[in-house]
Amino acid sequence: MPRTACPVLQADPGMGGPVGTAATRQSKGALTLRFPGATDRIRSALRQACRHLATLPVPPDRLATIELVLAEALNNVAEHAYAGAAPGPVTLTARHDGDRLCIVLRDIGRPLPGLVPPKRTPPDLNVPTEDLPEGGFGWCLIRDLTDHVDYARHGAENRLTLEFATG
Amino acid sequence: MNLHSTYHNDINLISVGDARIDSSVAIRFKDLMRTLTETGPDHVILDLSSVTFIDSSGLGAVVGALKQLPSGKRLDLAGLTRDVANVFRLTRMDTVFTIHPDAAHCLSRAAG
Repeated sequence: MPRTACPVLQADPGMGGPVGTAATRQSKGALTLRFPGATDRIRSALRQACRHLATLPVPPDRLATIELVLAEALNNVAEHAYAGAAPGPVTLTARHDGDRLCIVLRDIGRPLPGLVPPKRTPPDLNVPTEDLPEGGFGWCLIRDLTDHVDYARHGAENRLTLEFATG
Repeated sequence: MNLHSTYHNDINLISVGDARIDSSVAIRFKDLMRTLTETGPDHVILDLSSVTFIDSSGLGAVVGALKQLPSGKRLDLAGLTRDVANVFRLTRMDTVFTIHPDAAHCLSRAAG
């Protein structure tokens, strides 16, 4: 079933503003967070996002998987989009409409290779212990735990849309 | 990142004192595990009962801890909470490790 991308909040501050501590705007069912796309800033951003999501009618176990998906997506921004550069801004918007939660992550780092989100290709575990993979699981988890993933490059901006059924 | 190692007969029990093993502590976790497993009993059990969140970076660090063990040592896991167990199941890493329900169970068996 074709789906349209969920709406992005019209009042988002955009990517041009200052990047400092996470700026938060919260209205009924919607949240906007803005923070640097750095590994050591992800934990506090997740805490803020989850505090908001916990106020929505989302089952606790679903909340845990949403937090994991966000962690993986934000790790990718910090470790790939902004790799080797000073961490740029990340804007996280969350919107809950009926039985769907839509989260959009935006950054101005490198685009995803090929401009498409990676497929679910689990690393091979049937290997000797010394060859076991220590990475490559992030997109598998995102794909497994998200109902719809959309990626778009708008000019210099990456826009990753993650949708979750919460009903 | 807090890891605490205690020896019980033939087991080196390493307890994680933090609630999260994520990308911000993954390298530190792996380094500490290297230090704590270099010496001591060959059978290492990592008690994860205090950990409520692990991401793929943390998972990779646990795998890294397994791979860097000195030859002849083994690493088991114990006390996985619901969400941590979920990550191991989704990535099929639960097929790589022996996972015990809780560390106390392992120790009582080792003592008996």
